[in-house]
Parts: sequence; C-alpha cells; structure tokens
Amino acid sequence: MLQVGLTHFLIISAVLFSLGIYGIVTRKNAVMVLMGIELVLNAANINFVAFSKFGNFGLGGQVIALFVIVLAAAEAAIALAIVLNIYKTFSNVNVDEIDHLKE
Amino acid sequence: MTFYDIIFYLFAAITLISALFVVSTRNIVYSAFYLLFTFFGVAGIYVLLGADFIAVVQIMVYVGGILILLLFGVMLTNKITNVEIRTGTVQLLPAAIGIGIFMGAVVAVMIWTEWKLEPAQIPLTTTKDIGHLLITDYVLIFELLGILLLIALIGAASIARRDQE
Amino acid sequence: MSESLLINLSIIILFLPLLGFSIVVLLGKRFPKLYLLEVGILGIALLLSVALLLGKFTNYMTNDIVASFTWITMGNAPLVGSLNIELGIKIDNITAIMLVVVNLISFLVHVYSIEYMRGDKRYTRYFAYLGIFTFSMLGIVLTHNLLMMYIFWELVGVSSFLLIGFWFEKKSAADAAKKAFIVNRIGDIGMFIGILILFTHYKTFTFDLIFQQIADGNLPFGSDAWLTAAGILVFMGAVGKSAQFPLHVWLPDAMEGPTPVSALIHAATMVAAGVYLVVRIFVMLTADAMLVIAVVGAFTALVAATIALTQNDIKKVLAYSTVSQLGYMVMSLGVGAYAFAFFHLVTHAFFKACLFLGSGSVIHAMHHEQDIRNMGGLRKKMPITYYTFLVSTLAISGVPFFSGFLSKDGILAGTLAFGKLTGHWLIPLMAFTVAALTAFYMFRLVILTFHGKPKDHHKFEHAHESPFVMTAPLVLLAVLSIFIWYTPNPIAPDAGWFMKTWVKTPVQVTPLESRFNFMQPSREEAKVHGEVVHSVEYSEAIHWAHYPAMLLSLIVAGLGILIAFMFYQWKKLNADKLAVKLQLLYNFSLNKWYLDEAYDATAVHGTLGSSKMLAWFDNKIIDGIVNGSAWVTRFTSKLSGLFDTFVVDGLVNFSAFFSGFIGLSFKRLQTGKVQTYIVYVVFAVIFLLLFLKPF
Repeated sequence: MLQVGLTHFLIISAVLFSLGIYGIVTRKNAVMVLMGIELVLNAANINFVAFSKFGNFGLGGQVIALFVIVLAAAEAAIALAIVLNIYKTFSNVNVDEIDHLKE
Repeated sequence: MTFYDIIFYLFAAITLISALFVVSTRNIVYSAFYLLFTFFGVAGIYVLLGADFIAVVQIMVYVGGILILLLFGVMLTNKITNVEIRTGTVQLLPAAIGIGIFMGAVVAVMIWTEWKLEPAQIPLTTTKDIGHLLITDYVLIFELLGILLLIALIGAASIARRDQE
Repeated sequence: MSESLLINLSIIILFLPLLGFSIVVLLGKRFPKLYLLEVGILGIALLLSVALLLGKFTNYMTNDIVASFTWITMGNAPLVGSLNIELGIKIDNITAIMLVVVNLISFLVHVYSIEYMRGDKRYTRYFAYLGIFTFSMLGIVLTHNLLMMYIFWELVGVSSFLLIGFWFEKKSAADAAKKAFIVNRIGDIGMFIGILILFTHYKTFTFDLIFQQIADGNLPFGSDAWLTAAGILVFMGAVGKSAQFPLHVWLPDAMEGPTPVSALIHAATMVAAGVYLVVRIFVMLTADAMLVIAVVGAFTALVAATIALTQNDIKKVLAYSTVSQLGYMVMSLGVGAYAFAFFHLVTHAFFKACLFLGSGSVIHAMHHEQDIRNMGGLRKKMPITYYTFLVSTLAISGVPFFSGFLSKDGILAGTLAFGKLTGHWLIPLMAFTVAALTAFYMFRLVILTFHGKPKDHHKFEHAHESPFVMTAPLVLLAVLSIFIWYTPNPIAPDAGWFMKTWVKTPVQVTPLESRFNFMQPSREEAKVHGEVVHSVEYSEAIHWAHYPAMLLSLIVAGLGILIAFMFYQWKKLNADKLAVKLQLLYNFSLNKWYLDEAYDATAVHGTLGSSKMLAWFDNKIIDGIVNGSAWVTRFTSKLSGLFDTFVVDGLVNFSAFFSGFIGLSFKRLQTGKVQTYIVYVVFAVIFLLLFLKPF
C-alpha cells in the first residue's frame, strides 16, 4: 500500500478533481469558479501523465497533457474577458445572480 | 518507504491541502495564492512521473500565465475585502456531502479497477521526444492549437473591450 | 498541355471566384473599390477557361481527363463493406465548354453590373455574391461525383437565395427568395433520395464507377425499376433547379432580383445546372425515365409558353420564355437528342443572357419601369440595345442564320424522330406549338417595347442609350448568337464542329431490354468498340426528320412572327378584343394557370392548417393532461401535507433534512445557474459509476 504506484496518482487526481468540483459548485465569485475549473483540469492532467508512464502509451499522454495546458490558457483568457464584461454589465461577478439564461 | 515515496507524499500533501484551502478560504486573494501552491505541487508530481518538460510547462504557463491572469481578474472585478464569496445556489453542507459521495465513488473506481500495468521506458529527458511527436504524429493538433490560441487572443481582446465603441 | 496542367488549371479556375468572394466580403467595407478586383478575377478565370478549352480540344479531343482523391475512408464497416468517398474533377468536352460559357457570361454580367448597380448601398457585397455564385456553378460543372454535385448544388441554391433577395427590404423580393429556396428544396429532396439509392447500392458517388457497374449488369437492388426510380428522383433535382413543371413557379418570382442576376442565374447558368445534371446522368436513364423526362419537359415548355403570351412585365415574359426553353432542353434529353440539348443550352445561354441584359438596359433607361404597356418607340432612343435585342429575339424564335435556329431545329427533328420511332406523337406536336408561341410572344415583346409610339412620354423623354460597359456585353452576346460560331452551314447543325466533333452522344449503360429500341447499339457498330452510339434506325429517323422539321419550324416561327406583327405592329387584329372574347383562356394564362393559387391552397395552407391543428392539440390536450396531472399532484401533496402535519410528526425532523436536500436539487431544476447544472452532472456521474459497478 505504501509502495507508490499508479493507484496513488489516480487517487490524488480523484481528490483534486472532487475539490475542484466543490469549488465550482460552492463559490459565488466567477473568478473563484475559474480556479475550481483549473483544479479539475490539473486533476485530469495528472491522470494523463500517470497513464503515460504506467500504461506504456509512449509519450502520447504527456503530449495530450501539454495540449490541455494550452487549452486551459486559452480558456482562462476568454473566461476572464467574459468575466470583465459581466462585471461591466452587472457590476458584480456573482454567478448565482447572473441567471438570465432562465428567461 | 523509499525516498521516492516520501517525496511523493510530500507533494501530494502540498497539492491536496492547498487545494482544500483554495476552495474553502473566505478571502479570494488567499485563494489565489493557495492555488499557486497547488500548481507547484502538481508540477512536483509531474516530475515524479518522469514528465520533466510538462512540469516546467506547468509552472511557466499556470503559475506564470494563468494565475497572474486570475489575479488580474480578481483585482479588476472585486473590492479586495469582498464580503461574501460563497454561492447562494448550493448550500455548503449538502454540497460537501454530495461531493464526498462523488469522491468516494471515483476513488473506489480508481482503487478497485484492474489497471493494465505495463511499465514503460520513459526516457530521462522527454523534451526532445515530445518535440518530435509534436511535429510528426500530432502536427495537425499542434497547428490547430496555434490557431486556437490566436483566436482566443483576438476573441478575448474583442470581448473585453466591446462596449467602448 | 499535359493532363496535370489542365487539372491544375481547372482547380485554379474553380477557386478564383471563391478567392474573390472571400477578399471582397472581408475587406469590402474598408475598400469599396474592391469590386474591380472581383471583375478582374473573373476576367482571369475566363481567359484560363478559354485556355483550358483550347488545350482540351487540341490534345484530348476524345478522352476525358479525371483526377480524384479519397476524401473520407470509413474503413470496413460490418454488413456494408468498405466505404470510400472520393472528391474529384472530370473534364470532358462538355465540361470544358460549360466552363467557358459560365465564365464568359459571369464576366460579362460583372462588367455590366458595374454600371447597372452603381449607387446601390450594398454595391461591393453584390459582387461578392456574384463571386460565390460563380464558384458554386463551376463546382457543379467540374465535379466527377454526385456528392460534390449535391454540395455545390445547394451552394448554388444559397447564392441564388442571396441574390434574389438582394433587395431584401422589399417584401416581394424577400418572399421570392424564400419561395425559390423552398421550392428548390422539394426537388432537392428527390435528388437526395435518388443519390442515396445509388450510393447505398454502389458504395460510391462517382459517376463513372456507377455507370461502369450498371454497364456490367449490376442494377440497384437487382431490378431496373430501381434504376428508373433513381433516374427520375435525381431528375427531380433538375425539376427544381431548372424550373420544370410543377416546380417552375419560383423562377418568375425570382425576377425580383437585380436584372443582371436574372441574366446570369435565372437565364444562362444556374437553371441550366438542372439540364447539365440530366446530361451527366443521361447514360443511366432507362426508357421509362426518359419518357417521364420528355413529357415533363414538353409540358413545361407548353405551359410556360402559354403563360408568356399574356404577361406584361418585360422580365416576366423573359422568365417564362426561359422556363419554356429549359423545358425544350429537358424534353430534348428525354427524346434522346442529347447533343442538341446541350447545344441548345449553350446557344440559349448566350441569347437569353443578351435578352435579359437588354431588358435591364431598357429598365435602367426607363427608371425602373418594367411594364411593356408603358414602353414603346425606344428603337430610336436606344439603337444598340434594340438591335442586340432583335438579334437575340430572332435567335430564340428560330430564324435561320442565328444560333437558336440550329439548336431548336435539331431538337424539333429529334422529337419528330422520337414520335416516328415510338409513336408518341404528342411530344413533337407540343414542341412545334411551343415554337410558334415562342416566336409570337417574343415579337410581341419587341414590338411593344421598341416599336410603335411611346406611351409614357415623361419617361420616354428621359430614356437614353446605356453607357459603354452595359452595351459592350450586349453586343458581344448578340454576336455570339449568330450561326457562324457553331457551324459553317446555317441550315445543317450537325455539319458544324460543335455537333460533329465537340459533343458526342454517349453510349447508354442501361440494360438492353430497358432501353428504347432505337437506343440499342446496332449490330455492326457494336463490334467497333467505343463508337457505338445509336442504331441505324435512329440516325435514319433523324435524317428523315431533318427537312420536315426544318420546314415545319420555319413555317410555325414565321406564322408566329406574322401574327405578332398583325396584332401589335400593323394593328390589323385587336389583341384586347380577342382577350375579351377568350376571357376565360386569357385569364387562365394571365394568372399563370392559377398554379400559385393552387399551391397556396394545398401545400401552404395544408402545412399551416396542420400546424395549427397540432398547436390546438398541444394547447388543449397536452396542456390539459399537464394541468390535470398538476392538479392531481397538488391534491396529493395537500393530502400528504396534512398527513405530515398531523400524523408523522416524529419523522419530520429526519425527512426535513432529506427533503431539503432533494428539494434543493429538484425544485429548481432549471435555475439558469451554472453551478446547479454541475451538481446534476456530479450526481449523474455517481449514478453512472454505481450502475457500471466497475469495482
């Protein structure tokens, strides 16, 4: 059990994922929701890299992890631009008050 | 317990504890700083997995780029001493219970699944091989990502300054 | 010129207009002068296509040039086998000629539009639309498979929609665009089903591969009934696009678009795409399918010609004459006069484009007056327009020494031969009637517009000849309507290079028993591989029909022209009195056989009615059920509330927590808040994991 193997990394990733989801669900501030999303992406990345090492997939997993990081960067930029726009419109960034989708 | 294991548990602890603070602290700026530690921890885990290049990219992009971006976001949209950062949509306790169940389920899957283990030879330095892969097998995705980044750049700029016309 | 050079050339020709479109659409707002670039690009495309034509004709007169690559490989699917979808280009003589025709008319229309559209507020965008249209049309011409054909087919539909509705502020224009699009869609559904029948059986879209397999005796689902069905269904696409009865109703309405657009799209090129499609699939048409096509074509020609007799809008007359001529081409394909159909397509493209551009010139000069009853006497004011218009009218009426005579005469001879060989005498009868009617209404148009005395003096005073960029295309097109370009002998079309060497009727691939008798290869010829065309019987019949057809067509055309002059020039006969006398027929023709009204009553109202009924059903029945169940729910919840309050006080504390938890998740399922949705996802994942039980 104490010998570190694939399972350990997967558990780390699962916990990190859950924490990310928790952050996304409970936070009011859009920026903090974004932080939760980053945690989720990191958790997924750990899985990719871990499988790349233990599953004999070559370096494919690492390359995909790289792509995920790039996507995360793009997503963060766009999301923050949207957040800034929301701030200009509603003068706050509380996701629980922005529910115009409902109408 | 080898030295490798100790290092692993150290990084795992850093990652998870700081992640816990990220999602639980009340101050949004603290949250951002704990996120910094989480990213470092994850980078450490990458190194343990033999992914040195990914680890460096993790630090450069996440810490150097995304985190700074998030901090800008915080500063541009908040009075720093913000009162309430919890959402009214989901209550904390039910959320914690729900997520707990979720975590339990996922961890259970992780533990009891029979993974097909085949220890692979990860070379000592991966940078050169990743570079090769990027311009051979994954070249289309690589180019598309370049375009995506450009679009994101233009899109972000245009969204953020939309109402100034 | 090598084959690869020709292929590359054709690809460049195909994409040049798209390039022009992209540049003009993206930068047109910033640089309003960019329309000149679009015109220039079309000029280059025209030059290249002429070069391609020369290269094809000098080096590869008899063989086709094909280039293709596999686009999608779907691997080896179970039950289906391997599926490969190919894209590719096929250049045969027809393609090469069509390329020049499309590019030439498109270029001339571009030039013409510089002046005609000047001052329009969406000036550059207009040219961009012309560019995308030209691109799609060239795609149809060049493709070697049905899938690409269908894709470009729809692209043409879209660009036609954009151009008809170019002045979308006018409700009539927007409606016309919508109508064209929807009516076309009806035909396209048939075409799509037809394509799928072929694809399901042959696993390929490529024309040549399909034909090869049919020739080897491999029929769709093993029966020639399916082959007939596929042929007719694909032909339905042509019915829509080439405005054949009963889907012709969109074309006259499409005249709401700018006049140069009418010339390019609704006279010369797009509507010819349908005919081109039938030309492409000609070899796989069975006798039954051909008979259907012939009858549809002949009937269309007749219906449209009778309607054109009484229309008063200059563009409407031309529109119906276009429908009628397209019917001619389709009929010609149906009776097996393949080469003449294509010949007529080419000649018609030139003189009809000339007529439309001429009418545009008149409309331009008369300040957007389109009613011919208000025109007259324009001959002196607009000599160039008049003479070019007259030349084209002579051509369309089938007067010797003009191109229309050659192609029309060929078609008439074909129908006559068809009548003789199969006994379907009604088709030649209709064809000759239409020839007479065409001559009559075209000269009615010319006389009312250009001869006689001006009726609207104010507008007449201001009328003036159009500037050079508008008259130059007219003159060029009129010159192309003279016989000498197609044959040295003005009365024998098949003596000319066009018919003799350029366009050859291909060999049918359908099984022998499902062809017309006269389409069977003759025994001696069958031995000479590759040159099997028609039985001796057919060529004899054509030969037999040649002179009678020519004489008859001359007589009926002369008669039509004479009557037109009697009515409108010399006033020996009074058209109005005749109209009163034949009130019923006159109204029937004036109101376009009441087809629009019929469609309105059946299709449009049928759809609206059924949707209203469905709405009523939704409102009364479904809502009733929902409301009823809501009431039941309310009732039971009231009951259980009472039960809760009075009976199970002890359990409330426990259930409060639980129901609060469930309630939070379910009560506001649609909160519009992203976070709630994520919670649902989390639960879904949990349940999924429990369900899959991987541990």
